[in-house]
Amino acid sequence: MQEFIQWLQTPGLKHFLIISGILFSLGVFAILTRRNAILVLMGIELVLNAANINFIAFSRYATGTLDGQVIAVFVIILAAAEAAIALAIVLNIYQNFNTVNVDELNQLRD
Amino acid sequence: MDLYAIIFYLFSIVTLASAAVVVFSKNIVHSAFALLFTFFGVAGLYVLLMADFLAVTQLMIYVGGILVLLIFGVMLTSDVINVQMKTGTMQTLPAVLIVSALAGTLVGVFWSTDWKVAQNAVGFESTAPKIGQMFLTSYLLPFEIASVVLLVALIGAALIARRERKAS
Repeated sequence: MQEFIQWLQTPGLKHFLIISGILFSLGVFAILTRRNAILVLMGIELVLNAANINFIAFSRYATGTLDGQVIAVFVIILAAAEAAIALAIVLNIYQNFNTVNVDELNQLRD
Repeated sequence: MDLYAIIFYLFSIVTLASAAVVVFSKNIVHSAFALLFTFFGVAGLYVLLMADFLAVTQLMIYVGGILVLLIFGVMLTSDVINVQMKTGTMQTLPAVLIVSALAGTLVGVFWSTDWKVAQNAVGFESTAPKIGQMFLTSYLLPFEIASVVLLVALIGAALIARRERKAS
């Protein structure tokens, strides 16, 4: 118990990894349960952020180089591109079907 | 308990609590605004990991770009006039089982693994010049491809969202 309190008081690699693991699980939960497509997108953003925390934590603690941070920049770039495209698709779906609930969208065309 | 630990737990709690609001809130606008605090908390964690450039990038791209885009999406696809912002969930029980198994596995693996920590850890100095140098040397090809991907995404998003509907 004393050891655990001592561990809690000195944040290191494991702390960041556990935070990112919980964040990842919350994002997966949003992707699995939300009916609104935009909330599914928010879940994807949470998952990407969790992955980024992992990359940067390993870059800081495990390698001591900046490669992880460079990869994290690429993840952010892809997240921006993904959000733009996905929202354009969602807006188009809303115009055609008048709903963005993923369980009601069972047709590719109207 | 030193200052680093206090700040770490502060940002962790902000991140995880607001992420929980994003995931569990019934109101989609509340979710969108809670996402703002999640991104802020993650940026704070980046600062604690000596990633100053990444933290500023996180604020500019996620908070300034992606979040505004998502809120636009909420406003354009929800029935704002009828104040019908509620949104449902589905498959809750299987999702709870799967996600709790996933979280347990992840945290268990993170906890039990004996991670090797490098001796030459990244220092306190500014990272932006080094990252820029790496973009133009060892990561040149991914950097160029990323710029092309952004251009394609820009044109594609504009094309998809602005498609003219046939006059009916």
